[in-house]
Order: sequence, then structure tokens, then C-alpha cells
Amino acid sequence: MLSPLLAGDKRFEDIVINDFAWYERNNIRLVAGEHVDWIDRKERIIQGAAGTKVHYDLALLATGSNPLALPVPGRELGNVLTFRSIADVEEMLAITRPGCRAVVIGGGLLGLEAAHGLSLRGAAVSVIHLMPTLMERQLDASAAHLLEAALTARGITILTATETEAFLGDERVRAVRLKDGREIAADLVVMAVGIRPNAGLARAVGLSCGRGVIVDETMRTSDPAIFAIGECVERDGETFGLVAPIWEMAKIAAKAIAGMETEGFRSAAAMTRLKVSGIDLASAGRFLGDATTEDIVLRDAARGVYRRLVLREDRIVGFIAIGDARDAGWHFQLMRDGVDIDPIRDTVIFGPAVAESAESPPDPLARTASLPDEAEICGCNGVSKGRITAAIAEFGLKTIEDVRAKTKASASCGSCTSEVEALLRATLGAAYAPAPVKPMCKCTELSHDEVRRRIAFGALKSIPAVMQAFEWKTPDGCASCRPALNFYLLCAWPGEYVDDAQSRFVNERMHANIQKDGTFSVVPRMWGGITNARELRAIADVVEKYAIPEVKITGGQRIDMLGVRREDLPAVWRDLNAAGLVSGHAYGKALRTVKTCVGSEWCRFGTQNSTRMGIALEKMAWGSWHPHKVKMAVSGCPRNCAEASIKDFGVIATESGWELLVGGNGGIKLRGTDLLCKVATEAEVLEYCAAFLQLYREEARYLERTAPWIERVGIEYVRARVVEDEEGRAALAARFRHAQSFSQSDPWAEHSGRDHAAKFQPVKELA
Amino acid sequence: MDGTLVSDESIDVAGLEEIPRRGARTVVTQGETIALFRTGEDRVFALADRCPHRGGPLSHGIVHGERVTCPLHNWVIALATGIAEGEEAPCVPCFRVRVEDGRILLSLNGA
Repeated sequence: MLSPLLAGDKRFEDIVINDFAWYERNNIRLVAGEHVDWIDRKERIIQGAAGTKVHYDLALLATGSNPLALPVPGRELGNVLTFRSIADVEEMLAITRPGCRAVVIGGGLLGLEAAHGLSLRGAAVSVIHLMPTLMERQLDASAAHLLEAALTARGITILTATETEAFLGDERVRAVRLKDGREIAADLVVMAVGIRPNAGLARAVGLSCGRGVIVDETMRTSDPAIFAIGECVERDGETFGLVAPIWEMAKIAAKAIAGMETEGFRSAAAMTRLKVSGIDLASAGRFLGDATTEDIVLRDAARGVYRRLVLREDRIVGFIAIGDARDAGWHFQLMRDGVDIDPIRDTVIFGPAVAESAESPPDPLARTASLPDEAEICGCNGVSKGRITAAIAEFGLKTIEDVRAKTKASASCGSCTSEVEALLRATLGAAYAPAPVKPMCKCTELSHDEVRRRIAFGALKSIPAVMQAFEWKTPDGCASCRPALNFYLLCAWPGEYVDDAQSRFVNERMHANIQKDGTFSVVPRMWGGITNARELRAIADVVEKYAIPEVKITGGQRIDMLGVRREDLPAVWRDLNAAGLVSGHAYGKALRTVKTCVGSEWCRFGTQNSTRMGIALEKMAWGSWHPHKVKMAVSGCPRNCAEASIKDFGVIATESGWELLVGGNGGIKLRGTDLLCKVATEAEVLEYCAAFLQLYREEARYLERTAPWIERVGIEYVRARVVEDEEGRAALAARFRHAQSFSQSDPWAEHSGRDHAAKFQPVKELA
Repeated sequence: MDGTLVSDESIDVAGLEEIPRRGARTVVTQGETIALFRTGEDRVFALADRCPHRGGPLSHGIVHGERVTCPLHNWVIALATGIAEGEEAPCVPCFRVRVEDGRILLSLNGA
């Protein structure tokens, strides 16, 4: 469970099995934080390092395993860690910053999950693996290459057949030196090269040990009063690292201790799944095959799908699936039950839906109906079919969101959503009536919300990666989904996502508003609607110099120059920049204007300095991109001359502070604002505004103004997030400010430079 | 093609790299402005830079697949044929264009 903790999918509380209260409730004395020094087997006393002595009739060891450390110079340096405990994860998180360089040693299951987690946290990750292919204990070369390609596509650098020679650095590690002489810069090194059963105590007190504590089929050690389970044990020469056999051990030990009959522990085949979202991978059994086995292989290189079933005498003895492992649960079942697959040999590789009814197309309903209860549906969170159907019945779950909340099934990468829906349909019958999903556009079946959820979960950071992972139906989307994806990625990965100009509407690409005749309009920013002689003179000069046909005052208290030729844009911007004027973003799904009244500085009714407030808001929020345009206003008294009550975020001063209003719109459909709350200080106005804007950025659908968004989610929801949840508000505001730290640069200054300016000219003029 | 020598009037107008992928640049001729489009797969097309609907500049549209969406009112034009989605007759004049050694060669004779 450390991987989801590192990746940020789960919190500490989520992965601790029981809290302290649970032990108390169940009459269990928990001695935590004390090392066990000795077991006096004769007197049956366990001695703790702090002096605790506990008498036992029966004892059970579950001491787990220790990580292996590479025996190379520099392993004692700071920031060289293993990946085995919550403390390790906490240390990694303390070191990891966006852009920091992390090197993971070991390309096995654990190493790759660590690499994925660190990459999600923004680190530039390299994986160094001794063997020629990744996860060689679970994958053949074909699958390993697909996995390598998928990880590389996520920006993780993979170095195979590479051996580490030393860690370099003075106090903290600064680089990893390889045997071939190369050095890889590193702020953090994570060793995930394997584990060793922690049998030290057992060995010291004379229990029979091999690599681990040797146990019999009821999990009893060589001392009948002591049991052992988990990663510390050895049984039939085998040690254990996956969770499934370990649960089995726990059940058997419990039965044996209670004096019940047990069937005895047999090391059953276990299935490995990689918990890297969006990479669907499963493997089990003797997946490599040998002279006595046959293979059935399905490849779809373009989709990155590879399935291999290894058969011996018409029975599956091992398999690998990558790219599409939806049927792995079924193949695993066939393998474990030793089913003779001869009757379905032609179609078995396509999964149960095809194999069992060759005529009907594969649909999730048939596929899931044919699965046994213990079959795993959700690979990310390890949720079985039985647990899902039981939860649906027990808690009366009605929707996919209910199931996600209760069982976590399909709550992570989402690739098993259709299977979970099929279970809902099968369990509830006609009572299952999901709200119709409105796809983002014709290029996908997924809704806006689902796409955003999966972008965040899957750490997808480019439009091609999103389209690939979510199986877009078009090669590069359409004019509807591309701008939406560009915004969602920009919002999800501030400072990291590289904005795709070609996926922006012309206005945001040209930083001006296209007009019906193909010319553009140019609107400089005027903070809070305030200007001065110098700015006005510069505007007047520009209008004359470039023969701009019309100049107009806008509703947002700005000056609009209409009819500027495309070729003139860079020069117009240069001249305006020279007078200190910057882009007003009047063209974007962005913060447009903050309109103000003159306020208490001049007005005899004004109660607060609304102009200063408006300027402060605009200085904070300019340059921010949004699902749609955002307009704000500040009025200095309830007479509301700035018309704050039809803005996306409006502020009205009162004697005692500020009223904050949200969700207003003066457009096609007039909507007055809802009162968000009242606050006392200017700092609070800024804080609440930042939090509100960030919530809108993160949760509204692209091209949804604040007004319809609030009508959809309800003002109570917005109040709960922005007003009542103090911590949540602070976090939202912090995320807004973080995003702003990357977005507040004047696009006019950037695009009027020589390199960019050429792009506004024809590529060729033919006389 | 009756065997008479048709002079190849192709004109070298730009390097492929001067046009952004999924983007366009223009060539100004005496008659009109021609938009050169480059798709995500590096195919190049040349069409009159004028939407058949209200004359919008297609070169400013979003290029997706082998189509462009006009920035003014979202008409979708097929780059290979100039046909507007939902219309039957070719609506936008197309020009012959090919890429050789990374240079874009445009012929003004029409497609």
C-alpha cells in the first residue's frame, strides 16, 4: 500500500489497517514502538527493549521483510533511501519537489511503482535496472518492451542492462555512477532491488530458519507454540512478497490457533498486477514457458496490447497481459482451477465473453457475469467481484459513484468502469438507471468530468498521452476537445504542462480578438479601470500610426482598438508595451476585467476603497486561464455602480467589510449573483476570491461559465468548499497562487519579439 | 495529359518546418490569400484562406485530422477536398501542393 501513498492516491489514514481505537474495542493490547529483544521459549515470555515482558501461550511472528541495500560505495549518503516503510515514503515526499531528479534502482514491481509515484509528484525519474528487460520475474521480453515504451511515454527514463557502481556526493547524494562510467545526476536515490525475510529474531532464539522462518502447512514454526506468517516465512523453499498468499496464511494460522480444521497452506499461484494507472498489466504462473509448453499469443502493436497464454496439456500454466488485462482475472481462474481449455482453445485468448459465446459480441455484462466472485475487477485497488456485488446489496448502492465511494472499485484509473457498471446492472436489474453520460465530443465516450478525473489520476501530461490512454476515436481530436484538454492539462499540471498553441482557439493563439472581417481587436489591461495621460497618449499614437479604424470604450472599463491587421499586431503590442501597457486578455477564457467604482476616495457615498480593492484583485488574478471567461467587479457601496451583482465574482463594500457575490452573468441569460459570504478585510477578499476561482478552474467543465456551473452544483456546495472548509479554502487559494506563479507573464511582450513576430506575417508573398 | 509539356509551375513557398504541426501559414498572391496547412502527420494542403460561409480566415482555425474548423462559426472543412462538412459540392478552392526535401512546392493552377 506504499505505492498509492507515494503517488498521492491514498493518505496515511487510508492505508493503516486499524486505528488505535479498534485495538481497544477488540480487547487487544497493542504495544507499539518497542523492539522485541528476546523470546524466552522455555518460560514463554517475550521481552521488549523497554522492559515490557509478556507471557504467552501461543505467539505469532509477522516480522515482514527488510529491503536489500546495494553493497556499493556511498549507500550511507543522505537522500539514498529504500522503499519499504511509511517513514521511507515520508522522507521521499520531503525531498521531492517538482523538477527534482530521482533515480530508482531496480526495475521490478516495487521499483516501477516507486518511479511512477515520484513522477506523479513532479520528479524527473530515471530507473536503473540490472537486467536487460523490466520486471523479468513477471514479464517476457515482448511485454517488457511495451511496458518500457509506456513508461517512457510518461517521461520516465529507463536504463536497462545497467549496473550501479557508486553513489556520489559529500553529505547528500548528488549523482549515481554506473559501471560504464556514466554519471546520472540525482537529488534522491531509491533502492528497490529486492527484499529479504526478516528472520533475525527467530534465528536468534533458535527457531528453524532457511532464508525465512520455516513453517509447516498450518503456519507453525519449529516451536509448536510459535506461528509465523507473511513475508518473514519460508514454506517449501519459497518466500512470499505478494499480498494474496499472505492473507491466505493469516486465515490458516487463525484457524489453526483456534483449533479448527484447515485445508493447510499450499503456495497457490498468485497474480501480479502493476499499480501504475493507465498501464494495464497482469502476469501469473510459468509465463515464460519451456519445451513442454505451447503459446497462444495475441498482439496489437498499434494499441500496445500483448497477451500470451502458456499452455501445458491444454491447461493454462502461466500468462501475461499488457495493454488490455481485463480478462486476466478469468485467465487466472482457469489457470488456478486447472480447467481443460481444449473446447474453447480457438477463442480463449479473447476472454470469457468471446470464448463462451462466440456469436455474441463481447460485452462487459457477459464478461463479468461469467466471473467467479473472487475474480478481481479493479486491479488498482484490488476489489473483487464478490465485494462489489455484496456492497451493492448491503448498502443499497445505486450509482457508479456510490460504488467508488464504498469499495474504491473503478475509483482510480477508471479502466474497469464498464465492468463495475455491468455488476450494478446485473445486481439491480431495471433499478439501475445511470444518468446519461454526455460525452465531451464525438471523439470520446467519456464525459468532461471523467476525463479530468482520469487526467489527474493517470498523471497524463500531454494531449497525445490523454488521447492514447483514453482511446480517442480520432487521431488528434477536434476543435471542441482539443482546447478543453489543453485547459484541463494546464490546470492539472501548472508549471509542467507545455501549452499547445495549436489546440487553442485563434484568439488565445493570437492574443487578440478575431473580428468578422478577419482583423483583430486589441485591448490593453487597465488595472481596475484606471488609466493616465501617458497610457492614453500611447493608445492615441498607436491608433494613428497603424490607422486603426475604430476605438471604443468597453463595458469592462477598457479601451478597445478595433480593426487591427494581423500583420500589425506585434508592432502595436511593442508600442503599447513601451508605455507600460500589457495584454488585457480580452480575448481569452481567462480573467478579463475587474470593473470598479471610484469608491470612498472620491464618492460621497463610498464606504470602502473599491478601486484599490479592484486593482488588488486584478493584480492577483490576471493571466489566469479558466474554463470560460471570468469577469469581476468591486463596488464601494450598496448602490453598486460597478454592477458587481452580474459578475462571476463581485464584491460590494459595506460599512463593516465586504460582501462577496458569485455566479452572476449579464449575457444571453441574465443571472444575478448568489451571496457567497461576508468578510471583514481586503486580505480575506483576496483569499476567498483565489479559492473560488481555483474551485471553478478545477471543477467546472470547459466553456461552462460560473453561472451555469453554480446552478449545476448548487451554491451550498460552493459555500461548503470555499466558506465553511477553512483548510480546504486555504489549499484552493494556495493552488491558485501556485498556478499564477507560472501564468503571469505578458503574452504581448513574449510574442512581439523578433522570433515570434515573423509568425504573424505571410510565409511568402508572390508578386 | 495529351503529351504536351505542361510546365511545372510549382513555386517553392516555404520550408515544412515553418508551418507548425496542426497549424497553418499563409501565402499572399495577387489573386488571394492561400492557407498552407500541415497536419499532425506532416501532410501539407493548400486551400484558399476563405471559409465558404462568411469568408473566415481558415488559416486561423484548429487543424484536426485532415480537417480544419473555421474560427468564425465552426464550419469544418476537409483539407483534401475543400468540402465543408454537411455540404456536397467543393466549397473552398484547393491548390496542388507537395513536399520535396522539406520544401513546400505550391502550384497555382488549382487542384
